[in-house]
Amino acid sequence: MVNTEVSLCGIKMDNPVIAASGTFGYGKEFAELYDINILGSFSFKGTTAQPRFGNPTPRIAECASGMLNSVGLQNPGYKTVIEKILPEMKEYFRKPVMANVGGFSTDEYAEVCEAFGREPQIGWIEVNISCPNLHGGGMSFGTDPGSAEQVTKAVRRVTDKPIIIKLTPNVTDIASVARACESAGADGISLINTLLGMRIDPRTRRPVLANITGGVSGPCVFPVALRAVWQAAKAVKIPIVGMGGVSSARDVIEMMLAGATAVGVGAANLTDPFACKNIVEALPEEMKKYGIGTLSGIIGASI
Amino acid sequence: MTETIFTVISNGTVSPGIFVMKLSGDTSDIIKPGQFVNVKVDGAFLRRPISVCDAEENVLTLVYRVVGDGTGRLSRTRPFDTLNLLTGLGNGYDTSVSGERPLLVGGGVGVPPLYMLCKKLIREGKSPSVILGFNTESGIFLESEFRALGVPVTVTTADGSYGIKGTAADAMACADYTYFYTCGPMPMFRAIERVAVTGGQFSFEERMGCGFGACMGCTCKTKYGDKRICRDGPILMREEIIW
Repeated sequence: MVNTEVSLCGIKMDNPVIAASGTFGYGKEFAELYDINILGSFSFKGTTAQPRFGNPTPRIAECASGMLNSVGLQNPGYKTVIEKILPEMKEYFRKPVMANVGGFSTDEYAEVCEAFGREPQIGWIEVNISCPNLHGGGMSFGTDPGSAEQVTKAVRRVTDKPIIIKLTPNVTDIASVARACESAGADGISLINTLLGMRIDPRTRRPVLANITGGVSGPCVFPVALRAVWQAAKAVKIPIVGMGGVSSARDVIEMMLAGATAVGVGAANLTDPFACKNIVEALPEEMKKYGIGTLSGIIGASI
Repeated sequence: MTETIFTVISNGTVSPGIFVMKLSGDTSDIIKPGQFVNVKVDGAFLRRPISVCDAEENVLTLVYRVVGDGTGRLSRTRPFDTLNLLTGLGNGYDTSVSGERPLLVGGGVGVPPLYMLCKKLIREGKSPSVILGFNTESGIFLESEFRALGVPVTVTTADGSYGIKGTAADAMACADYTYFYTCGPMPMFRAIERVAVTGGQFSFEERMGCGFGACMGCTCKTKYGDKRICRDGPILMREEIIW
């Protein structure tokens, strides 16, 4: 018998697998296919204060072993999530869920986090700081340690729930951003968000995405993500949710060896709706293969 | 939605760049015409959404156009190869509102899903008629299959090399019908919107990530709110479309 349990910011999970935000909706589409309670948890669709349509289409493109998206935080706004979606979610997901929050100002982050902080179904709040800071010239909060610290402090003040700051990999020094979040009171960090990229259609000579650029995800980013997790894990003591291109039980183990306490599975859900289920089910065999009895025992073993 | 392994029965070209693939496998989840399948292609990360041309007795017919590497690889699959498909995707056409004499208008690679729709309307005791629009004679496909169903078929070609010279919408302007169903390119849709005299349903296309409603990649605005083409569509009612 192997033990797949992990504890993330004081909350026990049956296994470290978390379906990543933006690839799992609010879980409903997947709950129709299998019992999603076999997951460690899932992070629901990034939610902002106001409802958002997102960017114009096309907002999906493809690349070798991966994809690009420029969905642009389409969501119904936190009020609808609390009033309509969370009550419905209770019917098909009984575990603490991770709420993903986006924002374009520190006030917006704080408003949404405060509201989600009062919801008993929500276990952790994952704060996506890759959004452009509209008061800071549109540069992403997450590309500057100072802005990252500002957001972390603002959301820390409004809730006692575990705060996990989701970092962008589009920075020179991920460790310094991670450290800034830790010192500002974050309970954990998650990484990586997507890598900025683009594609051009040679026939039209125009970018494929209407937004021109988008975020690259999928197996092609896994080595980049693993490196970033390893660097962040060396820099901070708070737990890490490692993600980026994870598509197998072996990838989960690699992420944990690099320092992740829990592991997000993202783009894989879109090409194989059973990806998370398959990974969770394959974990015990994969652990045996590498002589792992207790999964939590390998966290950071490669550092 | 179901994930099913299908076995290729046949796969070949019927007009330049257009392929017909027949596959055997469990089609029980394909319940309405106008639905689509999402095909896993070796070497491509994202699946390829392809509308269902026909699904009967566990034989699935797909008619697709080769546009890039993914569909290119698909065109080279051979009998006995297997493919992983997500089936039963999309809302499909609603035939309950068609009236006695529905009109089916297809343009180019938008023609295939109308075949299964036509069969269903006939089974329901209705008298559908069909307009198929193509650019030129060599690009025509599925005409004989529609004629074999015993329904009136009008073919138009933009260059006049076959049938009526003009567009499918031109032919529609002279037709008599109780309701319409269409699938094809956006310029055809806009022309149809100008000439149509009844309610109808349009099948939309968009670049998709997942094809089953999770990623929000294909959302469009409608008069009834934001809709995911893959899940809340691909069929939209005429009255909800924002042109």
